[in-house]
Amino acid sequence: MLARRIIPCLDVRDGRVVKGKQFKDIVDVDAPEVLGKFYSDNGADELVFYDITASSDERKTQHEFVKKVADEINIPFSVGGGVSTVDDFKDILRKGADKVSVNSSAVRNPQLIKDASERFGAQCVVLSIDAKKNDEGSWSVYVKGGREKTKLDAIEWAVRGVELGAGEIVVNSIDEDGMKKGYDVELLKQITDRVNVPVIASGGAGTMEHFKEAVVKADVDGILAASVFHFGEIHIKDLKKYLKEEGIEIRI
Amino acid sequence: MNLIIDYGMGNLNSVQKGFERVGLDTVVSDSIQKIKDAKTLILPGVGAYRDAMDLLNKLELSDVIKEEVRNGKPIIGICLGMQLLYEKGYEYGEYDGLGLIKGDIRKMDISLKVPHMGWNSLRFKDQDNKILKYINEGEYVYYVHSYYANSDNSELVAYSDYEILIPGIVNKENIYGIQFHPEKSGMVGHNILKAYKEIIE
Repeated sequence: MLARRIIPCLDVRDGRVVKGKQFKDIVDVDAPEVLGKFYSDNGADELVFYDITASSDERKTQHEFVKKVADEINIPFSVGGGVSTVDDFKDILRKGADKVSVNSSAVRNPQLIKDASERFGAQCVVLSIDAKKNDEGSWSVYVKGGREKTKLDAIEWAVRGVELGAGEIVVNSIDEDGMKKGYDVELLKQITDRVNVPVIASGGAGTMEHFKEAVVKADVDGILAASVFHFGEIHIKDLKKYLKEEGIEIRI
Repeated sequence: MNLIIDYGMGNLNSVQKGFERVGLDTVVSDSIQKIKDAKTLILPGVGAYRDAMDLLNKLELSDVIKEEVRNGKPIIGICLGMQLLYEKGYEYGEYDGLGLIKGDIRKMDISLKVPHMGWNSLRFKDQDNKILKYINEGEYVYYVHSYYANSDNSELVAYSDYEILIPGIVNKENIYGIQFHPEKSGMVGHNILKAYKEIIE
C-alpha cells in the first residue's frame, strides 16, 4: 500500500529560500536546491516550492531555480506561485518539476485546471486551496495569499477542482496556519470524504502528534509543514519513526 | 554509447540525471542511426500510450528499436516506456505497442485512488535478478500511473500491491522495464540504476 507522504514546504523569493534565523543552524546556505537536497537526504517524501515573489508582484516568475532543484534532488517536487497559464505549466514541467500547483489563478479562471490537466495529465495538476472558517460554520476560499475572501465554499471548490481535472488537493487552513495547534481535521475530513484524489494537509503543525492526527482522523495522503522543519523543532527522521511506530505506513 | 530515445514525450532531463548519478553516460536523441549505433537503449516516457506510439511511428523509430532489441541490444523502458514494450495498450482505444514482451496495458479498475501515485513498497518475485542486487524487499519506490502491465507475469521481477498486483520491474532476456520512476525514487531508485549499469556493462 501507499505510504503517507511527509512534505516540507519551501518559500522562494527572488530565487532564494526564505528562512528563519535559526535555519543557519541546520545548513549555512539558502539556495533552493541546497535546502531541497538537505530535506531529500533526510527523509522527505516530496517537496513543495512556493514562489512568493510571483503572486505578490503579480508578474511572471522565471522559475530558474526549478532546473537547479531538478538537477540536485531525486524525489518528486511541485512548484507553485504565480502560475496563471498553460504555458507556465509547460515551462515549470520542462524545467523538471513533477507537479505544478495553482491557487488564486484557478479561482479566477477554473478552465486553467481543465486545460492543464488535459494537456499534461491530472497527476501534475495540484489545486491548492486557502480556507478559513466563516460565520455560517462552513469554510470560505481565500485568494491572494489569504488576503481576499471569495464566495466559494472550500469543500465544493475542492470537488469542482477534481471534476475539472486536478489530481491532488492541498488544503491550507488559514485559521490554523502558524498556530501550532494541529491541522484543521474537521475541514480535511470533509474533503477526503468527498474527493477521490490525494489530499494534502497544510497549516497548523506543532507536534508530531498533529501529523498522526491528520492521518488517523482525516485520512489525508500527505502532510505538509514548513516552520517546524525549518526551525529544527521536528526532524523528519524522528517524525517518520514515530509515525511508523504508531502503525502508519511510512517510507523509512 | 547509451541512448535515451527522445520522441517528444516528457522531460528527459531527470532520467538522464538519474543515470549520470550512477556514472552511466547517456546521449539524448531521436536519430535512427544513433539507435543502430548505440550500445544500449533507454526508452522513457510520460503521457498517453496512443500519443507515444504515434510519435514513435511517425519518427520511424518503432521498427528500428524492435530490430535492434531482437538482435540482442539491451533496452530499459521506464514508466510509459515500459508499457510500450508490451503488445497492446488500451488507453483511449486499442493501440499496438512494440510487442517485445507478451501482454497488454490496462486501466486499473480498482476502488483505490487512480492514478496510483506515491511511494509504494516493492515485493520480489525473481529475487536472484541482478537488478535487485543493491535493494531490499520492502523498500519504497515512487509511482505515478493509471495503467498497468497485464500478462502471465513470467517476466515479473518485482511488484507492488495496490489492490491488484502492479508490476514494478520486469525482465525478459535483454529487455528490462520499470513502471515506477527510479530517477525520482531516492537512494532505492539510485541503487536500481546502479545495478542496471553493472548488468549492461
